[in-house]
Amino acid sequence: MIAFRDVAVRYPHRERPALDGVSLDCVRGRITAVVGPNGSGKSTLVRALLARAPLTAGVITVDDIPAASLSRRELATRIAVVTQREEPAFPLTVDEYVSLGRYPHLGLWRAAARADRDAIRRAVDLTEVHAFADRAITELSGGEWQRVRLARALAQGGDAIVLDEPTTFLDVGHEMAIFELLSRLAGEGLAVLLVSHQLNLVARFADHMVLLRHGHVEASGTPAAVMNGAVLERVYEWPLVVTRDPAVGAPALVPLRMKRPS
Amino acid sequence: MRLSRWVALVLALVAAIIAGVALGTLRLSVSDVVSGFLGTGAPMPIAVVRTLRLPRVLLAALVGAGLGAAGAALQGATRNRLAEPYLLGVSGGAAVGAVIAVALRAPLAVVPIAAFLGAMGAVGLTLLVARASGGRGDARVILMAGVVVGAFANSVIMVALANAADNTVRGAMWWMMGSAADASWAQVGGLAIFVAVGVGVLLALGRSIDVLALGDDTAAGLGIDVSRVSLGVYVAGALLAAGTVSAAGLVGFVGLLVPHLVRLAGARTHRTIIGAAALAGATLVVFADLFARTALPPAELPLGAVTALIGVPFFFVLLRRLA
Repeated sequence: MIAFRDVAVRYPHRERPALDGVSLDCVRGRITAVVGPNGSGKSTLVRALLARAPLTAGVITVDDIPAASLSRRELATRIAVVTQREEPAFPLTVDEYVSLGRYPHLGLWRAAARADRDAIRRAVDLTEVHAFADRAITELSGGEWQRVRLARALAQGGDAIVLDEPTTFLDVGHEMAIFELLSRLAGEGLAVLLVSHQLNLVARFADHMVLLRHGHVEASGTPAAVMNGAVLERVYEWPLVVTRDPAVGAPALVPLRMKRPS
Repeated sequence: MRLSRWVALVLALVAAIIAGVALGTLRLSVSDVVSGFLGTGAPMPIAVVRTLRLPRVLLAALVGAGLGAAGAALQGATRNRLAEPYLLGVSGGAAVGAVIAVALRAPLAVVPIAAFLGAMGAVGLTLLVARASGGRGDARVILMAGVVVGAFANSVIMVALANAADNTVRGAMWWMMGSAADASWAQVGGLAIFVAVGVGVLLALGRSIDVLALGDDTAAGLGIDVSRVSLGVYVAGALLAAGTVSAAGLVGFVGLLVPHLVRLAGARTHRTIIGAAALAGATLVVFADLFARTALPPAELPLGAVTALIGVPFFFVLLRRLA
């Protein structure tokens, strides 16, 4: 569905490239997770897909078509993106906000048709945001806001959804609800590309993990393969161990305390 | 926004226009206004309505409509509740263009074009200053950049007027404080074209402004060409600033005040906000102009001073709420 091939991005006036030769595949029916420390290039990957960060090398394809040859609207009808940060400036209602997901299909003038209303209803159902459909988006809690953003992205339609840190600031319950929903969406055939810091949750939910460091792919494969203590310790520059969670059987990272000098 | 509120906006504008035409040194009845407008009845009301008051009232209405719509769109596109043509320095840039054209004795028809170029220059300069300080998304930084550009525009005007005759300077100062006193049907016609095109473009872009207001990255993800839509809003905003400044000088704070009022009345999507702000802006400026010419007779207050007297306290309330 989405393929990055040897993608390099260098921001102006920066010494080091933000991405350097990154290749990864995000396919339908799977959760592909991109992890890595702060500044490793995870969000740049999303920005490059949106053509908000110019490629200096490589290519990004969507269904084997170079993303650069698709118009912005065509791209938006195929891939929905939930960016890392979005602070609403004006108090739209949740309903109005979710409806903006249909913008790539409606353009400037076309009125919403049945297909648009169905897509919105389905998105609202999946994310269970009915209860606050009439509330202003500026009055939502962090967990509600993330679900509403997800609803807007799902209303967008398309076969892929890209999420940059969708569970930042969320408590355990809301975090799990988002991951369960993403797992369900992948189960229904959606390609899910997830950027996250939550290594342990990613290891439980993702089908494929890509570990970035300084804009390079440091490791890539199944969670069991990528959750390697030695590799993660080197990438995160912190002592840690990887064990197997006794309750769920997934690999789990445990960061260690620094030894105080005696 | 509910239909009843649209009806209220239209009725308020109609009431403002009737009051604007009826009230003044010579007080006319509503029937005088109607018969004067239709050209029936006594010659005096006909002359007062058709030659003096109606062009002035319509000019004020168009100025308000243009500034209200421009403020609403600029606030949405910059995600900045304090944005408006006057505070962003756009009106100041338009004034520079207009003053230079007048100083060079350019034909009258060239003045709005020069004002438009000045307004575009000011938009570019404001965004450049804001970007250079790394705060394009920060409401306060854009505002500061706008105020600086506005001050710069003022200085350019002072320099341009340095060698002008006394009466020219006095005229220019009066015009810079905003006035609809010299309204003519030709001016009304010219401004109507600017307002129709500018507001039309902004209404067309309304849905895109809703998306743009979510932030650049989210807007890009929804298929918006952020630079192109922003440019469209700035060009239409500059066009409206140029038209209104050429017709009535600097009338500040209307673009700030009115979009907030229509949001309070329940307008949330930008097509609604822009349309309602055009109607409410027209009403506000017609009443402000009526106040300007009737509050302290026989003196006439500058229109820009009246709108500033209303707008500045509102600005402080808003600034406090945003802080």
